[in-house]
Amino acid sequence: MDKKETPLRMSAPLLQLDNVTVQFGGLKAVVDVSFSIGERELVGLIGPNGAGKTTVFNAITGVYHPTAGHVSFAGKKVGKQPPYKITARGIARTFQNIRLFGSMTVFDNVRCAFNMRLKHGISHALWRGSKVAAEEALIEREVMELLEIFGLHEQRDENAKSLPYGDQRRLEIVRALATKPKLLLLDEPAAGMNPTEKIELMKLIRFVKEKFDLAVLLVEHDMKVVMGICERIAVLDYGQKIAEGTPAEIRTNPKVIAAYLGKEVD
Amino acid sequence: MIERTKIILIACAATFAVLSSSIGGINPYYYDILIGCGISIILAVGLNLVNGYTGQFSLGHAGFMAVGAYLASAMSLGIIIPYFEAPIWMPSAEALASDPSATLAWWEYILKATGLICGWLINALFWIHNSIVPLGAALPGWAKFLFALLYGGGIAALAGLTVGVPSLRLKGDYLAIVTLGFNEIIKVIIQNAEPVGASRGLGGMDQQTNFFWAFSFAALAVYVIWNIVHSTYGRGFLAVRDDEIAAEAMGINTTKYKVLAFVLAAFFAGIAGGLYAHFKQFIHPEGFNFMKSVDIVVMVILGGMGSMVGVCFAAVLLTVLPEILRWVAKIESLPQWAREIAENRMIIYSLILIILMLARPQGLFAGWIKKKPRSA
Repeated sequence: MDKKETPLRMSAPLLQLDNVTVQFGGLKAVVDVSFSIGERELVGLIGPNGAGKTTVFNAITGVYHPTAGHVSFAGKKVGKQPPYKITARGIARTFQNIRLFGSMTVFDNVRCAFNMRLKHGISHALWRGSKVAAEEALIEREVMELLEIFGLHEQRDENAKSLPYGDQRRLEIVRALATKPKLLLLDEPAAGMNPTEKIELMKLIRFVKEKFDLAVLLVEHDMKVVMGICERIAVLDYGQKIAEGTPAEIRTNPKVIAAYLGKEVD
Repeated sequence: MIERTKIILIACAATFAVLSSSIGGINPYYYDILIGCGISIILAVGLNLVNGYTGQFSLGHAGFMAVGAYLASAMSLGIIIPYFEAPIWMPSAEALASDPSATLAWWEYILKATGLICGWLINALFWIHNSIVPLGAALPGWAKFLFALLYGGGIAALAGLTVGVPSLRLKGDYLAIVTLGFNEIIKVIIQNAEPVGASRGLGGMDQQTNFFWAFSFAALAVYVIWNIVHSTYGRGFLAVRDDEIAAEAMGINTTKYKVLAFVLAAFFAGIAGGLYAHFKQFIHPEGFNFMKSVDIVVMVILGGMGSMVGVCFAAVLLTVLPEILRWVAKIESLPQWAREIAENRMIIYSLILIILMLARPQGLFAGWIKKKPRSA
């Protein structure tokens, strides 16, 4: 496939949401939402506070299961799989409030993500043979490569929680990338960042998408960031999808303006 | 290349084997404390995997120890468990026959069927035990002992699995209560199990545990748990402790890790129980009660959750400390008042625990070996 092609819908979508509804008791957090993400596409999901963006995220990653409708990934239905199995299929995520492993070093945080692909399980971990040493060395090399790409290799033995805020955000992305995903979900990566950091972040997201050849779904509040990098945007309001289109279309969509700015009073 | 830790393990075992004969001759009182230290280390290091590294609060470690102690003893004594003939809690056929008016209601049939199935299941477990016992009896001296220990550890691990799987949906305090309940259940079952002496206790095992066995198994426990926790595989335990949701999102099967921690810890607790039984030569269900579990938890907390060195040190300290206080009370050169204070050794022991926890709530050795360069 030619990368330079138009980003809009190239082939069968990587991720497909069909009429997904998530209900908590009487509250419908997400109602009948359908959208799709193609391979190597950068899609934004926006909406006012409480619109259900993070719930959509959690429904994709298996933290919640849709009460109606279904999610399919790479042509197969995801069903009611636990999150770790969904991650193994190629969806990785970051969190709105950073969730690094606080007692571990930067290196170990990334190393954890290699856990699911280990060839040598418990028996080898108990009795460390030469094969395990080789595998550990391989993992160390891969982790260091990743850390170097993001300039975090010098902090490898520092505690993850002692890093500056921006670095913690980056480390979370590195950790997610270490699971070798086809789709990366970023939950409000720009939260708590200043304008310069936001510009850095936009560069970083674009770079990640190109370098690792993956699709990105971005939940974000900050319009500048979303409009700046997304190829396509879906807008949620009160759990419903009210619009979808290119940034230019979204910017002029009256429904979106109403949701974000409120309607004019006649 | 031979792994460095493996060399250390083998060297340890060899040293213990050499020392064992000469140490066996020391004052039996000191010897008792020494072996006690080894057994405490096994227990504490095992529990550290659950409470420290995986962050699950288990309060039933003595229950697993009891399972190991009793089954290892049953193995070395060659105790065969008689099968249940009728479902335990059902009225017998004679009772029904003597009262012809008593016809069974539908729910009584259901009860009877349930009783039968439970009886069969329990008998199946007994059958497994009864068919393994003759296997062990055929082995010569030390191999029989080792087999008994491993058997006790293995069944304790199974017990860990059966407790772990259903209860790991619980967190924190709730899990603590469930494991505590398990500990009590084990104790009560043993108190009523006639073949192993019920509440009279069980004795008559040979004293086969010596310095070599106790400390080799302690070294093995440290080796195994150290290795597993420092491997990429074992980082999953810490990930579960730090953030379960993030761990799941990183492809880590958190349930599997929690159960695995329980199983490994229970295995080593079972081994420790077997060693204990074959050292004291007498075991009693009250010896594996809630207070014993708490003792082990205190070792883990005092040593610092998830600090291997600290937990080993605390295990030794808490085993030796009450005895040291006993010794202090007997020093004649001390003034009378000091000796009188020292005589209340359990009060002082508790005070020391409180002071230690106030002074170092993170554990004695927490944050001690953090900056050390890590070998892959």
